[in-house]
Amino acid sequence: MEKTFNIILTGVGGQGIITLLQVLDEAALVEGYKVKSSELHGLSQRGGSVEAHVRFGSEIFSPMVSVGQADLILALESLEALRESVKAGKQTKFLVNDYFLPFLNAPSKEEVISKLKALKNELHLVPASQTCKDKLQKEVVCTIYLLGYASNKGLLPISKASLLQAIKNVVPEKYRELNINALNLGYVD
Amino acid sequence: MKKILLGNEAVVRGALASGVAFVSGYPGCPSAEIGDEFARLASRAPRSLGEVGQIYVEWSVNEKTALEAAIGASFSGLKSLVNMKSFGINVCSDSLLPLAYTGTKAPMVIFIGDDPSCWSSAQSEQDSRGYAYLAKIPFIEPTNVQECYDFTKLGFEISEKFNVPVVLRVTTRVAHQRAEVDFDEERIMKQEVRGEFVPNKHQFSTMPPRTLEMKADLLKKLKKIESFAEKSKANLIVNKSTSSKIGVVASGAGYVNTLEALEIMGLNIPVLKLGFFYPLPKKKIIDFAKGKSKILVVEETDPYIEKAVKEILKDAQLKAIVYGKDVISEIGETNAEKVCVAISKITGKKFNVTKIKQLGLPRRIARLCEGCPYWNVLPVLKRIAPAGTIFGGDIGCNMMGALPPHDMYDYLFAMGAGLGISHGVKKSTSQKVISIMGDGTFFHSGIAPLINAVYNKSNPVVVILDNRITAMTGHQTNPGMGKTSMGQDTTELKIEDIVKACGVKNVKTIDNPNAPESMKELESTVKDFLDKEEVSVIIYKRICALLARRQQK
Repeated sequence: MEKTFNIILTGVGGQGIITLLQVLDEAALVEGYKVKSSELHGLSQRGGSVEAHVRFGSEIFSPMVSVGQADLILALESLEALRESVKAGKQTKFLVNDYFLPFLNAPSKEEVISKLKALKNELHLVPASQTCKDKLQKEVVCTIYLLGYASNKGLLPISKASLLQAIKNVVPEKYRELNINALNLGYVD
Repeated sequence: MKKILLGNEAVVRGALASGVAFVSGYPGCPSAEIGDEFARLASRAPRSLGEVGQIYVEWSVNEKTALEAAIGASFSGLKSLVNMKSFGINVCSDSLLPLAYTGTKAPMVIFIGDDPSCWSSAQSEQDSRGYAYLAKIPFIEPTNVQECYDFTKLGFEISEKFNVPVVLRVTTRVAHQRAEVDFDEERIMKQEVRGEFVPNKHQFSTMPPRTLEMKADLLKKLKKIESFAEKSKANLIVNKSTSSKIGVVASGAGYVNTLEALEIMGLNIPVLKLGFFYPLPKKKIIDFAKGKSKILVVEETDPYIEKAVKEILKDAQLKAIVYGKDVISEIGETNAEKVCVAISKITGKKFNVTKIKQLGLPRRIARLCEGCPYWNVLPVLKRIAPAGTIFGGDIGCNMMGALPPHDMYDYLFAMGAGLGISHGVKKSTSQKVISIMGDGTFFHSGIAPLINAVYNKSNPVVVILDNRITAMTGHQTNPGMGKTSMGQDTTELKIEDIVKACGVKNVKTIDNPNAPESMKELESTVKDFLDKEEVSVIIYKRICALLARRQQK
């Protein structure tokens, strides 16, 4: 891969974006890339919008993805996907968890989804939270499910073997099996 | 070994590799992971201070006591690391300035986490580099995660060589960046921590006329450190071979954004990266500027380097035009696009800014967590306070009181400042004033304004939200918990006892486990206290919901 691969992760504080970021960073490293990522802690975490950036390739300077440069926007929540869409370029693909967390004065779920569908970008709207809740009884691993999905559908240039290795390297043993199950599930759907 | 680390984790590794023995700090964003990681390492096998292979770690009650603890350690021969966020340096500055004069005995690195764009900082977009000039202390600034490791080691090296404290100034995008780091794990936890204080009044006491001698010594040291900086690899030039008439001088995140911008624009322009912010390598800057007609300075927020470069070039009679804040905003962090725009303005090379369309989506603002005990308090206060009541807020989780759905604070400043201001408002008006703060803030800087209010016959109603931990910054221990950061049992300081000892006569602690009952109690107490002629304090004691859930696991 000659060009740097740029990902913006978005969601709501508490959805597990940092763990997702750690697994993704590690997987890119296992795959043989140089990787840099940027995240925010503190005030921005308390149920507010959260955004993290990941870039991997042959040489990375800044961890931040410039406006219009994302290859993939991976959103854990649909309204946050829509919010992030202003930073998309023509090539940006969207992988969106079909999960809606309303708040005061927020537009309706239907409005958000229809606006997402109206975007000219490739969109994958996947019920990751629901699937993980139904099949694994844990919504929070929807992050890893989405990584599996992205890898399987060619939205992410990282192999399953690297993702598996990354989970083994990063996730505490207690939760390892659950995360591997979520990853496998992402390859099934 | 090589591993992906967070910038702050790399600082921890760098300090360990340097043989750090004493770590103190006060949590904040973006610095808290440093103390947290050290606390985790130190509590893995809690032993008493003095045993071989153990690091002493503390969350101090504030940044001033943290620095002073490290000064004591340094004078006793222990290598120390002090960690805090931007505003922490304001709190500890009173002891920082004399420390520059006395110098350190054992090396000391002070980590300051600045937060351009105020991602997790309310009170100001502080550029702490200004303290370098004020305190005359070397400041070094890493640009990436590997440098977080390397520069921590460099900081200890400079401190050891010149007996000065060194500030490692890191910004959010570096501290909270992850990347692979090449680090040395061999020397971790192998040093002895028992120090010995060898009295040296001549060196450790600032007292005139000695103070002025110390100042002269410090100025001499700074000259030597400047020579060291001239030779240091921390300052380096990239794209040196090009004969471009244009050059960029950059620091911190501004440097990586410059490299990114040059790649985007397909330009090959030499860049001088400054790892040393203070003292600046003047000769290196002059050599770099020779033969150039234009110099762009890329630094985040305040134009310190820009002003210094202008002065240096003027003294050297070099004619290059220096650009900086005229082409990159002084507000907010830099990014590649902002640097592209700046370069475009200087070179005339076209750059199309990607327009961001506005969707008009409402902000998803941060809020109190589900089950947070503050939900029992803030709405009650807002509902029962008579119209016109003034509310003072403070730093910590209670800051959410400034946001919807509460929207109730009339002023919000710095740690402990809410009560200080409330007293002034109370003395100046006949309005009712309720001042709110958390337990962490009370211990940090809430006691002095309470004493001031009592002593000066003021009468605000103070509500202390005691959620049994310093929560906002990620759950750090405080003196109200009976536990040290290394997990040892210690004296549990009771807020009620302290408040009474400060002379407060109207004190009520509400810790009824039944939430609705506690809210009724709160309501009647506030009504009663609002009519008092002396200071009154309500302590609403209920554990942080996240902590409670964690304890159940």
